Amino acid sequence: MGDVLKKVPVREQAPKVRATNFDEVCLGYNKEEAMEEASRCLTCKNAKCVQGCPVSINIPAFIKEVKEGNFAEAYKVIGQSSALPAVCGRVCPQETQCEGKCIRGIKGEAVSIGKLERFVADWAKENGIKPEAPAEKNGHKVAVIGSGPSGLTCAGDLAKLGYDVTIFEALHQAGGVLVYGIPEFRLPKDKVVKAEVENVKSLGVKINTNVIIGKSTTVDELMENEGFEAVFIGSGAGLPMFMGIPGEVSNGVFSANEYLTRSNLMKAFRDDHDTPIVTGKKVVVVGGGNVAMDAARTALRLGAEVHIVYRRSEEELPARREEVHHAKEEGVIFDLLTNPTEIVADEKGWVKAIKCVRMELGEPDASGRRRPVVIEGSEFEMDVDTVIMSLGTSPNPLISSTTIGLDINKRKCIIADDETGATSKAGVYAGGDAVTGAATVILAMGAGKAAAKGIDEFIKNKAK
Amino acid sequence: MYKIIKAEKLNEIVYLMVVEAPMVAKHCQPGQFIIVKEDDAGERIPLTICDYDREAGTVTIVFQPIGASTEKFAKLQAGDSFEDFVGPLGCPSEFVNEDPEELKKEKILFVAGGVGTAPVYPQVKWLHEHGIDADVIVGAKTKDLIILEKEMEAVAGNLYITTDDGSYGRSGMVTKVIDDLIAEGKTYTKCVAIGPMIMMKFCCLTTQKYNIPTIVSMNPIMVDGTGMCGACRVIVGDEVKFACVDGPEFDGHLVDWNLAMQRQQMYKTEEGRALLKLREGDTHHGGCGQCGGDK
Repeated sequence: MGDVLKKVPVREQAPKVRATNFDEVCLGYNKEEAMEEASRCLTCKNAKCVQGCPVSINIPAFIKEVKEGNFAEAYKVIGQSSALPAVCGRVCPQETQCEGKCIRGIKGEAVSIGKLERFVADWAKENGIKPEAPAEKNGHKVAVIGSGPSGLTCAGDLAKLGYDVTIFEALHQAGGVLVYGIPEFRLPKDKVVKAEVENVKSLGVKINTNVIIGKSTTVDELMENEGFEAVFIGSGAGLPMFMGIPGEVSNGVFSANEYLTRSNLMKAFRDDHDTPIVTGKKVVVVGGGNVAMDAARTALRLGAEVHIVYRRSEEELPARREEVHHAKEEGVIFDLLTNPTEIVADEKGWVKAIKCVRMELGEPDASGRRRPVVIEGSEFEMDVDTVIMSLGTSPNPLISSTTIGLDINKRKCIIADDETGATSKAGVYAGGDAVTGAATVILAMGAGKAAAKGIDEFIKNKAK
Repeated sequence: MYKIIKAEKLNEIVYLMVVEAPMVAKHCQPGQFIIVKEDDAGERIPLTICDYDREAGTVTIVFQPIGASTEKFAKLQAGDSFEDFVGPLGCPSEFVNEDPEELKKEKILFVAGGVGTAPVYPQVKWLHEHGIDADVIVGAKTKDLIILEKEMEAVAGNLYITTDDGSYGRSGMVTKVIDDLIAEGKTYTKCVAIGPMIMMKFCCLTTQKYNIPTIVSMNPIMVDGTGMCGACRVIVGDEVKFACVDGPEFDGHLVDWNLAMQRQQMYKTEEGRALLKLREGDTHHGGCGQCGGDK
C-alpha cells in the first residue's frame, strides 16, 4: 500500500518513445491499481465532487463499487449520468471539476476520479457490457444535429426515455470533435470513440452521416415534413479564426482545425490513407489552449521541431495542466510572452520565417488576467516552415441562417436557456459549442443532458 | 453507400458519373458542389454539380483526374458505389434568388473552360427554364476536349465553341472570343467565368476592360467543406473568405489570383507522391531523394 495522501501513479508511455508514435500516452489503471486508488475515497455523504461534475455522476457510489471489485455495478452507476465515460475519463479537466473539489485534495492529492472512470468504461468494453435499450418506445421522434459530445449525450438520454432519436452528422464519421479534433494519442478512435458511439447506437439511436443541416435539409423541414417533434442543435464550434497579420494566407499556414482534421479524421499520419499533410521541419503553433497542445504534439509526432508561441505567461495558459506537462515532456518548446506580428514567405509563397515581438504583463484587463504589452524594440525573426493558428473559432452560420425564428447573440452563438436548452423557437433546443463558443467536451455533454430533460418535458406537456 | 447509376468517359481525360443521392438531388441548386469520398481510407474531394434529377434522386458529377483519389474514381463503373457523398455545399449562384423578370433585362455571358463546362451547364439550364437565354462560350485546348456540347446547345442562347489549336469552332482562347464578340457589337451586363484558375484570371482581366461585372467559381483545397477547417480561404477584395461557406462564387474582379494559384500548389508534392505510389505500387521506395519513400 502506497502513501494514502498520493494518487496511485498511472502508467504512461515514456516521453521519448511516445513522441514518435500515435499510440495512447496514458495506459490507465489495471484492476489492482484501480481498487487501491478507489480505497482512497472517503465516500463523503455530501460529496463535493458530484457538484463539480457537469453531468452529476454519483462519484462516491461508483468508486465504492470499484473498491469492492464490482466493476459492472460501477459501470451501471456511471451510465445513469454519462453516455461517454471512456471519453470523459480521458479528456475532462478533472482538476478543475470533480477532483478540484475532492476533500482528499485539501491535505494531499485528490482521488484520481477521471482515471477510475476510464478504468470502469474500458473494463466494461473489454467484457462486452453495453448499456441496455429501453423496453418500450414512446413513439415520439426527436432529431439531434451533430454527433459530438453534446449530441451523443442528448440522443443517449432521450433514447433511454423511450424516444425515437435520429442523429444527423455532416461529416462521414460520427463523433464530432472526438473524431476530428482530439488526437489518437489522447483519445483512441477505434478503441474508445467508435465503441462509445456504438453504445449510443445500442440504445436504439440512428445516426445518419453526410447530412448537413442548413444545406442537405433544414430544421424547419425536419419538423414540418419529417415528423420530428423536437430538434436538438449540437453543431459545434465552427469557423477557425486567424490573427489578421500579413502573410497569413501563405502556403504552410494552417488552422489547428485543418491540421488536426487531416491527421485525426482523415488519418493523414498513416501511410495507408490518401489525405496528405504537410509535416514541416520546424513548426510554430500560435495559441495556448488544449487545441494548440494537440496540434503541437501531433506535429512533433510527425517529426518536426515544435514551438508553442503564446502571448501571455505559463500561468495564463488556458490548456489543462496535464496537457502542458505532457507536451513539455515530449519536447515541445514553449516560447511564452511572445506574439507573432508577421509571417514571411519565400518567392514561391511558402512560409520561411515568422516575426515576433516579446511581451510583458501589464495591468489586469477585463478578464482579470494581466494584459500582455509589447516590449519596445524586441522584434525578432524565427526560421520556420509551418505555422499552425490555434486561436479559437467563430460560430458556423449554416443552421442559424436557415432556421426561421432562431435567435443568435452578438457573438453569433445560438441563444439557449441554461437549464433546459430551449431556444427562441418552440421545440428547438441547443447546447455545446454552438451555444457557448469553444469549450470542453464535458460542458457540452452537460448541455446535451439538460436539453434532453428540456425536450422530454416539452413533448410531455404537448401531449397533455 | 451512394450508387453509381452511370459512368461514362466523355473524352480521354474527363469522366461523367450519375450518382444516387436523393437528399442532395432534392436540395441542390446551380453553383453548388458536393464532396465525395470513395472508401474508408479515401480523401474528401470537392466536385461541382453538373446536373441533377430531383425525381430520380440523382446527381451528375464531371471530373478530370488530377490526383491519386480522382484517378481511383475514374476506375469506378456503373453499379459501384461511393462510400460518402455529401452536399449540396456552398451557396447557390446569386441569380437563383433573383426575380426572373428582372433577370430577363440582363444580358448574361457564360465563359466555360475545359471541365469548367460542367458547372456552367446547370446555370445556363436553370436560366433557360426560367425563360432567359444566355450566351455561352465554351473553350478547350482541342476538339476532343470539348464536353457537353449538345446539352449546352439545347439550353444556351448563342453557343460559341473555341479551341486553342483551331481544330474546332472558333480559333484561340476564350478571352479572344470575348474580345471578338464585343467587337462584333454584342453587349453584356454580366459575365460568369468558370474553368482553370489561370483562365478565370484572364477572363476577369478581359471583362474588366469592358466593365462587365464577372462572377467566378473558386475550387481551392478543402477538407471538410462545411466551414470548419479554413483550408479553402481566398482573398477577395482584401477580405479573407472561406470558399465553402461564403462561396464558391465570388466577384472575379476582386479575387487575389496570384495568392489563390499559389495556395492551390500546396499539396502538389504530396499529391504527386500519392499518385506515384498508386501508379508504381510498392516499387516506389525512394531513390528519387525527394519523397522520403526510402525512410
